[in-house]
Amino acid sequence: MRKAANRDSAKPEFLLRLYVAGQTPKSLAAISNLKKICSEYLGGRYKIEVVDLLKNPALAKDHQILAIPTLVRQVPVPLRKIIGDLSNTEQVLVGLDVRSFAGANRAGGKAPVDGKRTAR
Amino acid sequence: MATKSDRASAHTQPHIVAQIEKAPTGICGLDDITAGGLPKGRTTIFCGGPGSGKTMLGIEFLVRGASEFNEPGVLLAFEESPEEIARNVASLGFDLNDLAAKKKLYLDYISIDPGQIQETGDYDLEGLFIRIQHAVEAVHAKRVMLDTIEALFSNFSNQRILRAELRRLFSWLKQRGLTTVVTTERGEGTLTREGLEEYVSDCVVLLDHRVKDQISVRRIRIVKYRGTQHGMDEYPFLIDENGMSILPVSALQLRHKASNERVTSGIPALDEMMEGQGFYRGSSVLISGTAGTGKTTLAAAFADATCRRGERCLFIGFEESPAQVARNLRPVGLSLDHWTQQQLLIHEAWRPTQFGLEMHLLRIHKLVEKWKPASVIIDPVSNLLTGTSQLEASSTMMRLVDFLKSAGATAMFVDLTSRDSDLEGTKIGISSLADTWILLRDVELNGERNRCIYVLKSRGMAHSNQVREFVIAKDGIDLIPAYVGLEGVLTGSARVAQQAKELADATSREQEIQLKRQQANRKLLALEAQIAVLKAEAAAQAELSEQIARQGSERAEQARLDQEKMLKSRRAAGSRQPARPISLREAKP
Repeated sequence: MRKAANRDSAKPEFLLRLYVAGQTPKSLAAISNLKKICSEYLGGRYKIEVVDLLKNPALAKDHQILAIPTLVRQVPVPLRKIIGDLSNTEQVLVGLDVRSFAGANRAGGKAPVDGKRTAR
Repeated sequence: MATKSDRASAHTQPHIVAQIEKAPTGICGLDDITAGGLPKGRTTIFCGGPGSGKTMLGIEFLVRGASEFNEPGVLLAFEESPEEIARNVASLGFDLNDLAAKKKLYLDYISIDPGQIQETGDYDLEGLFIRIQHAVEAVHAKRVMLDTIEALFSNFSNQRILRAELRRLFSWLKQRGLTTVVTTERGEGTLTREGLEEYVSDCVVLLDHRVKDQISVRRIRIVKYRGTQHGMDEYPFLIDENGMSILPVSALQLRHKASNERVTSGIPALDEMMEGQGFYRGSSVLISGTAGTGKTTLAAAFADATCRRGERCLFIGFEESPAQVARNLRPVGLSLDHWTQQQLLIHEAWRPTQFGLEMHLLRIHKLVEKWKPASVIIDPVSNLLTGTSQLEASSTMMRLVDFLKSAGATAMFVDLTSRDSDLEGTKIGISSLADTWILLRDVELNGERNRCIYVLKSRGMAHSNQVREFVIAKDGIDLIPAYVGLEGVLTGSARVAQQAKELADATSREQEIQLKRQQANRKLLALEAQIAVLKAEAAAQAELSEQIARQGSERAEQARLDQEKMLKSRRAAGSRQPARPISLREAKP
């Protein structure tokens, strides 16, 4: 487990965990795609954990991981999963349901609506 | 069916050399039909519809592997949580949590919620592989069960990736030498809904749960088993509190021992007809007869005799409830209740229509295994076989007879024959299977109906050839020698009349003889009197003749004396010659 990015350690709005299995091309592609998408659409409000199941196989049980790579959006709830190398940015954004958050933040430059926050 | 079973038995004979290594299942009967178990280190598919018992079978394979063969297992459940599964199989006597605590079983639940998953780009199922590997390493597993892996198809939309990964998974499992069981749903016209049999080619087992004539039967069939011979038939199986059991036709062979010990039939007079000793222990006895000839009573007497020896008797009824049988026997002096209380008499009754033929057989099988009875009574076996074909019936009977013989139980089959059919031709064709055949029949004569009994055959003993009358009275059963004459068998009052007639005849004959003898005696006496008279007469004659003889000799003496006197007188007159007697010889010349 290593921290890939943590620009706002106090309160990351997006807590993401990417499950990979070793340094496979698919895993590497997923990591770089995820970083690109996050920096582009989430600003500094995210935190990425990369979990290598080859090193910690027991962790696969936590999020019911079958497919590799799998991206899990832990925060905000509800939990969401995206599988694949994250090569389709549009689908990743839909899967993470980033649009509404990002849109709100970009437009007002403020925190998201209370209701969505308290869903945590 | 008989030929089928013969063929199947040829498959499982010991001469078969196991070409591949097998992982024994420990499941009653399954190892017989697979000739030793599932292919070790390979994958087996259990396919079947919902409720066909595939999950149960798979779990039993894991549990028995872990507890009996020291082969720990991994259960990967896709449909039910381990808690649910553990609860479900607790009724079969399997404690999954205990095995898990002992590190003999690893339970992992893979929940699938397709709604949460978004797919983007390329992926593989390495996560699944890692989880299996982790589980296998945790308990050093030798066996793996994937239940039901097809659930993955609803989880992933990319069929191409999924199929490629499943193919990779099966070869991965094989490479690791894991004996794997995969349960899958049966498809329309195919063995599995998703065509998984394409990927697994080692062993495919089909489970089936069907209803025929409103009777549900579970069946199992080995569709394919590469590299080994196996039973080809569909075998019925049962899932109950002891897990699964299959009744393999092929496991039965003609190898049972033959005991020289004899057991009483419970009726001394019937024993008398069989060298005074009764049946051979472990033999099969057929009691056939028409309705109301006392077959059940005869069987009950045998049950009573078995319990009296302190041995266990299994009484399986298809017509009457245990309570009814017991009640009906009380008036004839047979009390079975206390044997039931002591668990010496195990009285089971169920309707023949309750299950299929195979299931009946299996149930009897299980009861015999459980109680290990010395005697087994099936009343009536003909009822069990109604509605079945001749072939099916005789095959079933053969298996039943063989099984009970191999269990060493003395079996008594009660067979109801219909009046219009040939009495000696049992419908079920088991006459050749039975060692002893006792026939009960009623004879209708002079307005009454009486029971007759005879021992039609009894292997290995000089049995009586007599027909006897079978009398059920208040104090029990007795056999009376029946009168057999020109007009047939006489029983009941006809027999009594005949006996009276014979008695009268005998009396008159006796009197006649007496008379003749007296006459003869009288004549003899008369003759003897005559003889006495004649004898007296003869004696008189003899006396007379003696008298005459005596008189003769007296006269001769007198004459000699006279002569001497005369000579003396001449010598006195002057004799020149010496006095000597004159002999006649001298005088002559």
